[in-house]
Amino acid sequence: MQLFPCPFCGLRNETEFHFAGELGKTRPETVGEVSDMQWASYLYTQRNEKGVVREVWMHLTCSELFVLERDSVTMEVLGSEALREAGV
Amino acid sequence: MSAHRIKGYGLIDKARSLSFRFDGKSYLGYEGDTLASALLASGVRVMGRSFKYHRPRGIWSAWADDPNAIMNVRQGSLELPNCAATTTYLSEGMEARAVNAWPSAAFDIKGGLDLFHRWLGAGFYYKTFMWPDWRLFEPSIRAMAGLGAVSPDAPDDYLADQTHDHCEVLVVGGGAAGLAAARAAAEAGQNVCLVDDQRVLGGSGYQYREIEGDGASAWVGEQKRAFLAAGARVLEETTAFGVYDHGLIGLAQNRGFGSAPRLLRMRADRVIMASGAYDRPITFPNNDKPGIMSLFAAGEFLARYGVLVGRELAVVANHSLGEAVVSLLEEAGANISTFDPSDGPIRAFGGKSSAGLQQNGTRRGFDAVLTSGGLTPVVHLWRHAGGKLDWCEQRQAFLPGDGPGKMCAVGAANGTYDLDQALEEARSAGRNTPIKRAALRDYVTPLWPKPGSLGRQWIDFQHDVTLKDVELAARENYVSVEHLKRYTTLGMASDQGKTSNMAGLAAMAQIQGRSIPEVGTTTFRPPFVPVPLELYRGHHREQLWHPLKRLPLEPQHRALDAALGEYGGWLRPGWYGPGEVNEVVAEEVRMARKTAGIFDGSPLGKIEVMGPDAEAFLNFIYYNTIRTMKPGQLRYGFMLTETGVVFDDGVLARLGTDHFVVSCSSSHVDGVVRHLEAWRQDGNNPDRIFIHDATQHWATVTVTGPKARDIVGALGLDLDLAGFDHMSLRETSWKGAALRIARVSFSGDASYEISIAASQAEALWNVLLETGRTHEAGPIGIEAMSLMRAEKGFIIIGKDTDGETMPHDLGFGAPRLKKTAAYLGDRSLRNAKANDSARKQLVGLTIAVPDILPVGAHVVSEDARPVSQGYVTSSYFSPTLNIPIALALVESGAERIGEHVSLRHLGNTLSATICAPCFFDPEGKRLHAG
Repeated sequence: MQLFPCPFCGLRNETEFHFAGELGKTRPETVGEVSDMQWASYLYTQRNEKGVVREVWMHLTCSELFVLERDSVTMEVLGSEALREAGV
Repeated sequence: MSAHRIKGYGLIDKARSLSFRFDGKSYLGYEGDTLASALLASGVRVMGRSFKYHRPRGIWSAWADDPNAIMNVRQGSLELPNCAATTTYLSEGMEARAVNAWPSAAFDIKGGLDLFHRWLGAGFYYKTFMWPDWRLFEPSIRAMAGLGAVSPDAPDDYLADQTHDHCEVLVVGGGAAGLAAARAAAEAGQNVCLVDDQRVLGGSGYQYREIEGDGASAWVGEQKRAFLAAGARVLEETTAFGVYDHGLIGLAQNRGFGSAPRLLRMRADRVIMASGAYDRPITFPNNDKPGIMSLFAAGEFLARYGVLVGRELAVVANHSLGEAVVSLLEEAGANISTFDPSDGPIRAFGGKSSAGLQQNGTRRGFDAVLTSGGLTPVVHLWRHAGGKLDWCEQRQAFLPGDGPGKMCAVGAANGTYDLDQALEEARSAGRNTPIKRAALRDYVTPLWPKPGSLGRQWIDFQHDVTLKDVELAARENYVSVEHLKRYTTLGMASDQGKTSNMAGLAAMAQIQGRSIPEVGTTTFRPPFVPVPLELYRGHHREQLWHPLKRLPLEPQHRALDAALGEYGGWLRPGWYGPGEVNEVVAEEVRMARKTAGIFDGSPLGKIEVMGPDAEAFLNFIYYNTIRTMKPGQLRYGFMLTETGVVFDDGVLARLGTDHFVVSCSSSHVDGVVRHLEAWRQDGNNPDRIFIHDATQHWATVTVTGPKARDIVGALGLDLDLAGFDHMSLRETSWKGAALRIARVSFSGDASYEISIAASQAEALWNVLLETGRTHEAGPIGIEAMSLMRAEKGFIIIGKDTDGETMPHDLGFGAPRLKKTAAYLGDRSLRNAKANDSARKQLVGLTIAVPDILPVGAHVVSEDARPVSQGYVTSSYFSPTLNIPIALALVESGAERIGEHVSLRHLGNTLSATICAPCFFDPEGKRLHAG
């Protein structure tokens, strides 16, 4: 059972959290032309990196999104910060 | 002479005898005995039958690694399957039965299966999948598979406590090394917790005449006194069964046979693993005969339970690690003959009551044959935690290598078998100083299975995997150790290969000419020993697992004899009053269509979205255009996911320029709030949009039907009901409380949804109900409402839609073609898949017979081999129209109105006609009436 640090509530059980996505994914401007490949890549292509990753998670009990930095191999948590402070 | 008790040995309490039964016969044992030790002392040799061949099996080991003596154990009203006799402590009146054997382990009616072993080799049943026909064999194979039988009368009070705990140092294992480590850590001022799975601390220490100059019992007692005095805790009969992420360690504490074990979720800053080592069987022909057992187990049975396993004993070992055990057995009166496996091939013979050995042409019979193929350190927790293993050629064993920083291994678990070296290592670990593994003082000669040798040589005793099976797997190219495991089922029994894995992988290494570390081990997974599922469930049951949301009006519904049931997480009235449910629901529908129905719609989502960017935000979230909505206006719309699939439908209300209320599906509120929050915070300025779920703050009562306006009129609201059009909302007040009234309909009749603070719900409900009575109207449940909405063809998300349904499949195609602003899922609605002409579309189905279509029935093509073209999503008998009606998702459905189609359901063929998905009042006259 992993323990994640919500920047607002502190260390909590993993069951209180929901994965929202990899950090740094931007939505294509759909008013303009977006190719099938671009859109499919936005929907389905994940970097799925081995090692240190930065991801967006939601703490369900306070509904806040935040950036979680962790090691996808060792499961070690390296830190977290509020989404708006992450500069993205 | 067979096994018997020896005076002056053992930790059992001879003053307290316990009677118990095994396979129908009565026996006596003592307090402190396990089922296995008591049976052994009573001269019972055959305690189980093997899984596949039903071979008679005796005890191999004295504790958790025994693969053979597996029993169904009953005491009082509780019967548990697959208990290991070696770890089940005896209590008065226990009744044990060998699993996989009938009428008893000694005389098993299926014993003759062993004669057919040639045809039952590894993977024999996989081969029947290919030839001749699995179906011929499936019934008998299934009937014979499995071990113990689950008792159907499990008691309700078998509940596991679950607690959370923390310590600075967790010591796993209460043998000599664990005790020394715990004492050193506690005396260094650390908060220490020691766990040990046995009832009496000391591990295998009792096999030694003395430890550091004291008798074993005295030494163990002194360590315990000292670490308790230093503030350490001890948990006896507690197994550390798994290490999980972020240092969580699962501890299962035995609370006696009648009670479920307790789960302790322990978080420790540091773990000292002193889990000891297991003896290994030696692979030779007939090595599974009863009476052939582990050398160290024989020592343990004598030291802990006072049972000498026989007077005339043979010892076969390839190492010098067992010298203390041999002298202990001799001291207790055993005559020991030693056999060196390197002198020549060994084979066993014997039956149910004796065991013998043959080497170099000489045969000798013994009371028991004690074998030891070397020690295997217990490294399960190390591997759970991600630690690496290193192969040690000297010890012929895998030892803990690079490990997780917070964990270290000491004593036999670390390959340090010598007692003095182990104590020194353990104390060093307790003080948190670096440890260095000492050199091995004994010798271990490599001794592994010899592929190609004759005879049936057992590797996995419980699952009947022999050396020939490993050879067969290698021939058929299942050479990876993980494939070997799955193909032969080696290590997949309830003992999880504690005795068999090393022999299995060593055999594979020999066959392939590879080294043992090259072949490697299979993955170690928790739990280390079987634990009841109840342990994981704990209090997570019923209301504590899935708490229902409750309506403010629940007492009023109960007073009206409502049939309350769970609908989308809420406890809601399904219908009112006794009687046959279909008839009651039909009567409610007829009433609502004729006069009016009064419905508790409180669970309907009420999510407030406010702020200067609320309009732009919702315009992006919704498939429909929101920008053009005026305050007081309602709009039915869809939220899509980015894949263009319908995520939720509902009515959006605009209360003001910067204020909206999202009225989403009742069962879907939490999901919609999460969806809105995620997009608010990621991609928008969260300071300009605010989201607040007010669903449970408001109660909502819906009045629907031709008399709805008259009934609502009785509230005397400051509102002109005549000028109050369909799809609009007004805010007013009633008896001093804020009230929102929406003219919107899910039934197809003119309806008013009236929302008020939950505290005022009762007053509102009573007035509406009383007024309703004067108009011959009354309460209706959600079943009637669901039926009425189906008559109109209104959908329920997740029932009439699936994971591929897009809005244009439901007849809402306009925004896709016309909306110019960006919105969620927009690009997905423009791809080839979204434009496919064969998409499943919502249609109605009518049938000629007066029976209803089953939900889930498939519309099929008229080909020789019919394929599904869609399926029925909702189906009712309409009391309004007096015909069966159904909604369905059917390929190209919108173009096929009027077409006769065939349906298949559970082997039956049905027929229906496709129609538009609206059966009642398609012009909407009733909707706009009043």
